Amino acid sequence: MIFTKKNTKVGDCMDLTGFDNIEDSLPLVERRDFLKFCATITATLALPDTATAEIAQGITNPERLPVIWLSGAECTGCTMALFRTTHPTIEGMIFDLISLDYHAALQNPSGYAAKGHMYDIVEKYAGKFLLVVEGAVPLKDGGIYCRSGGQNFVDTLKKVGSKAAGVIAVGSCAAWGGMPASNMNPTGCVGVKDVLKDTRVIEIPGCPPNPYNLLSTIIHYLTFNKFPAVDHKNRPLFICDRLIHDHCERRPHFDNGRFVREFGDEAHRQGHCLYHIGCKGPVTYGNCPTMQFGDAGAGCWPVAIGHPCFGCNEEGVGFEVPQFEVCDIIHATSPAYHPPVVPNHKKSIGAGEAALMAGVAGAALGAGALFVSSLKSEPIEDNEDEKA
Amino acid sequence: MHKEVALGGRIFTPVFVGMATLVGLMVIALGFRFILGLGAVSNMSDGYPWGIWIAYDVVVGSAFACGGYVMALTVYVFNKGKYHPLVRPALLASMFGYTLAGASVMFDIGRYFHAYNLFLPWKINYTSVMLEVALCVTAYIIVLWIEFAPAITSKFKLEKLTKILEKTAFFFIAVGVTLPMMHQSSLGTMMIIAGEKLHPLWQTQMLPLFFLFSALFMGFAMVVFEGSIVSKAYKLGDETTILSKMAKTAVIILSIFILLRVQNLLLNKQVANAFSFDTASITFLMEMLLMCTGLVMLAIKKFRTSPRYLFVGAVLILLGSSLYRFNVYLIAYAPMIGDWSYFPSIGEQIVSYGLIAVEIAAYTFFVKYFAVFTKH
Repeated sequence: MIFTKKNTKVGDCMDLTGFDNIEDSLPLVERRDFLKFCATITATLALPDTATAEIAQGITNPERLPVIWLSGAECTGCTMALFRTTHPTIEGMIFDLISLDYHAALQNPSGYAAKGHMYDIVEKYAGKFLLVVEGAVPLKDGGIYCRSGGQNFVDTLKKVGSKAAGVIAVGSCAAWGGMPASNMNPTGCVGVKDVLKDTRVIEIPGCPPNPYNLLSTIIHYLTFNKFPAVDHKNRPLFICDRLIHDHCERRPHFDNGRFVREFGDEAHRQGHCLYHIGCKGPVTYGNCPTMQFGDAGAGCWPVAIGHPCFGCNEEGVGFEVPQFEVCDIIHATSPAYHPPVVPNHKKSIGAGEAALMAGVAGAALGAGALFVSSLKSEPIEDNEDEKA
Repeated sequence: MHKEVALGGRIFTPVFVGMATLVGLMVIALGFRFILGLGAVSNMSDGYPWGIWIAYDVVVGSAFACGGYVMALTVYVFNKGKYHPLVRPALLASMFGYTLAGASVMFDIGRYFHAYNLFLPWKINYTSVMLEVALCVTAYIIVLWIEFAPAITSKFKLEKLTKILEKTAFFFIAVGVTLPMMHQSSLGTMMIIAGEKLHPLWQTQMLPLFFLFSALFMGFAMVVFEGSIVSKAYKLGDETTILSKMAKTAVIILSIFILLRVQNLLLNKQVANAFSFDTASITFLMEMLLMCTGLVMLAIKKFRTSPRYLFVGAVLILLGSSLYRFNVYLIAYAPMIGDWSYFPSIGEQIVSYGLIAVEIAAYTFFVKYFAVFTKH
């Protein structure tokens, strides 16, 4: 065991006394699994492994971070994705690492019992709690298209958001409006950033986003009391620093001009590049090729299973550009025409070729028949049985 | 003891002239091949990199040329001295068969001028089965020429050399009965590597054994075939008695082959495929029908001792087993990706026919000029 109580030097190892604080509430989690979990989170954040100790201490801190989870115009897919995480029992972990004080889809109480508790927390921990928003915010007609507890969602969001220590917009809808805000946008949906204009909103887009991206962001906040570094769209850099195209497992096929032209064709069966059937990987930033999705092992994200990326991470691409429209290439342009994957090499048999072979075969047969007829057909009663 | 003599007589018979014409056509076709490249002459493609120059001239041709191998096996290993008169003619046919198979490979490989690298140990890929075939066939061609050499040296009265050759003959004979076992089975191994490209009716781990067995009975059948023709053509007297004994051996080996083949198909659950009557099934049934008819014909003593049916039976076996080898190398082979097709072009056919013509012309010349046959 590397981690012992005797050695307390943070960085090389960790003091595990903190684990005792949460051990009672995690009866099924062993110390070893807990450390593995911390190491996984550290790796996802691309932090040095010495940070594992800090993360473990952050997690075992008895003062748990209150989290309020608000749901707007959404499908609860982000929540569903989060609760499909497995290593080690994430749903148990998330309730015990943080204090999830309000989540409409998961809480037992309803009505004033729930809402009242939420506002109690907002008041009690003003400036200390974390707000996670799932879903877009309808603004049209004063925001009447999404209401809860007799209040328009936009008003709830403004009230709670103004007092939060940090806001995470999870999913494409919360980030910029996503699916509800797609063309026509009948309810006037916008992203959280357009409502909470004075607050910095960390965006974790995706439809649904990879749950480990959210989990890692929250735990980074728990550990270091700040959000991870972000890009110009406030997306954590550990998620969105590279194009999906750049890390795609099918990239060699792109570079070599082997493209799928339609679903189910030979190139599709061979796992070639999906660019020409509308893959948005070349214009979408994300860690999908490296993180994969849903703990089902390798080869389990949209492009790997044979569907083109539709750009859910990218405002202006996902839910905007038609699914099968070929996108531009940011870094390099590929030629529009390539040789077919399955070239047709079938040649009909030439008349001369067939005639020559048939002629020779016929001549051989004729000569053979002639020769056979010249041979005696009677048995030669010689000395076959004679012993040599 | 038997004593071989040269037959003498006219060299430029109508057959010889006819064959020489075919050889001339082949030389023209090969001129195109070597000046303009493979594509100008052949229908070979990336999908079918092996055409009849390999499937016929090497794979089938080398099995036809196993007469020398089986006769050496019979006379020297199994010590049946009475068959000695058949050795030198069979050896001669084998010598040309193998030499021309080797030549055919040189026509077939795109960059033949790199072929010398095969013989540079530091350039060799030691795990290649194709290398095994290439080196083994090369060695065997040399051995066959050395085995036949006494007929040539005695003709030119090189007494000393003839003596040395006769004294060292045992070594080359021993090598000569070993080498075909190696490369004939390797010819089967090569198509195991083809995996799913080869139809399951033929694809099996037993391919090396099947190829070795087919080489053996094809060798015996070829001895009967050649013996029947030359004894008639050169009026050597009747050889039916001795040839029918060779046929008997062929029958035994062929029965084992067919038993193994059928058992292997049952094990691989290929019975339904065999009788599905698609192209593969039909060629398979043809191949089995030809071999079995020949087998039955030669198994019955009445037919076996008749010069006519002895010849017909041997031809049926040769046709069936050639079809087996054609199936494995061409007909039942399909490239994995893409629509490819292959039918030998006129140029390819002319070269293959030309090679047969070379064999016949050279054979007729050699038996007249050198001491090959034993006259009764």
